[in-house]
Amino acid sequence: MIDAIKFRNYKENTYKWIFTILAFSSLVFLVGIIIVLFKEGLPIFKEVNLFKFLFGKSWYPTYDPPEFGIFPLMLASFWVMIGATIVCVPLGIGSALYLHELASFKQRAFLKPLIEMLAGVPSIVYGFFGMVIVAPFIQKLFNIPVGLSLFTASMILGIMAVPTVCSITEDALSYVPKSFREASFAVGANRWQTLTKVIIPAAGSGISTAIILGMSRIVGETMTVLMVSGGAAIIPKSIFDPVRPMTATIAAEMGECAMGSKHFHALFAIGLILFLVTLFFNIIAEIISRRYRLKLGLGR
Amino acid sequence: MAINTVIPKKNRNIDDSFYREMKFVRMRTENLNFYYGKKQALKDININIYQNHSTAIIGPSGCGKSTLIRLFNRMNDLVPNTRIEGGIYLDDKDINGPKADVVEIRRKVGMVFQKPNPFPKTIYENLSYGLKIQGINDKTLIEQKVVESLQKAALWDEVKDRLHDNALGLSGGQQQRLCIARCIAVEPEVILFDEPCASLDPIATAKIEELIEELEKYYTIVIVTHNMQQASRVSEYTAFMYLGELIEFGKTEKIFTVPKEKKTEEYLSGKFG
Repeated sequence: MIDAIKFRNYKENTYKWIFTILAFSSLVFLVGIIIVLFKEGLPIFKEVNLFKFLFGKSWYPTYDPPEFGIFPLMLASFWVMIGATIVCVPLGIGSALYLHELASFKQRAFLKPLIEMLAGVPSIVYGFFGMVIVAPFIQKLFNIPVGLSLFTASMILGIMAVPTVCSITEDALSYVPKSFREASFAVGANRWQTLTKVIIPAAGSGISTAIILGMSRIVGETMTVLMVSGGAAIIPKSIFDPVRPMTATIAAEMGECAMGSKHFHALFAIGLILFLVTLFFNIIAEIISRRYRLKLGLGR
Repeated sequence: MAINTVIPKKNRNIDDSFYREMKFVRMRTENLNFYYGKKQALKDININIYQNHSTAIIGPSGCGKSTLIRLFNRMNDLVPNTRIEGGIYLDDKDINGPKADVVEIRRKVGMVFQKPNPFPKTIYENLSYGLKIQGINDKTLIEQKVVESLQKAALWDEVKDRLHDNALGLSGGQQQRLCIARCIAVEPEVILFDEPCASLDPIATAKIEELIEELEKYYTIVIVTHNMQQASRVSEYTAFMYLGELIEFGKTEKIFTVPKEKKTEEYLSGKFG
């Protein structure tokens, strides 16, 4: 009898430990990544100072002497993010509103998995699609010398981020209690008024979270931008200029540089900055969504 | 009983004894059947809702009382895959008819729900919402209506200093009274209460009941309740429903003292339910 209890306790404890270890292992990886980023990224600042690194206008890592100014790369990432956000926000939120408000049960059951499937398409396929179909089309349409540009990258990345924005927005809308809708209808509001004055404001922070996470996804995307953005490390003057975002730089150059060289450390430093930017986005998104759940009285 | 006239609003608040005697039928249903998918929830319901009287609908869980009350302002439109047969009439107009304007019907037939459901906005915004969506922009008029409806809902003294605080900061009972005030603010003619005290403590319940009795002077009231004592306290007419059918309908004191149907008696004496 006592043995049975002992055995049960023993089993319970084992399970507890296994799951605790599993849960904390992701933390270990996170810490490990941060340590490596700092360890490999910081040495570059012995060569160039932080200000010159961030705001230097030329990126010639293989020249002699090399120049490590990532300003054009940051600017490229920034503009691609803005452009892609302009594409994905209306598409993502619009489709979420359609799914949530207008679609019949059958349509939703059919459309939602379809939109989410967009997220499952490998990014290399997007890149390929952009390179082979979209870029030549844009080149012809606007009669410009190259089709691989800031504009093309924004379009493709924007479409890639649609499922993120759409499904998080849809979740936010469906978290709005049904009772709000009923209350609004009961005082004589029509559907449009209910949507714009009750549902969207109540889901507002959830929708902002969706946008921020979409942006974070765009900034971190690598393969596609590498293929469609054109790859020139210049400060873009128009939306049809080719650009070279930070992620694409790392992916393209990491294979070529000598381990432990200045170039190597510079690429790690870029990675560090990317990490900090996406971390910042994710923290903001978390704060907003937490406040949102509190506002709706859903607890943490 | 057959006279169905709309009583002019301006007279309504002054002296209703005349109308009370006359027993105008404000709403009625005719051979009403209602289905959720293939499942029949209501069977051949014929019921009259009298002007400026309160009617309680009682019955065990799942008997269709909430379904019925939600049909009175077409709240079940929101539930997919449902079907209505027969008619529901407000002032002799079919509310499901082709000419019916659902927004207009819901404005005339307000509703207070089982769980208090204030919007996550300020108290003031909760009350002004219904007016603003009607296109009323006159600030002084809105303010006047807000104050008026809070007073009618017996909430004014408790919230007058914090009209611009979030309504979710109120207690459950206060929230429910706020919902009643929100309903009153758009000046409905009929108010539907769907188990308004189901989630409240006894003190809050007593306050709401008191309020409902007060509101009877101005409005036609339909209240669904689980609580038989509540029905006997607040209503003049009672309908007893069982398994989707209307078993008995009549004056509350008759139903509670000398029920005609055996089922009613069994329910009231606690044999099932």
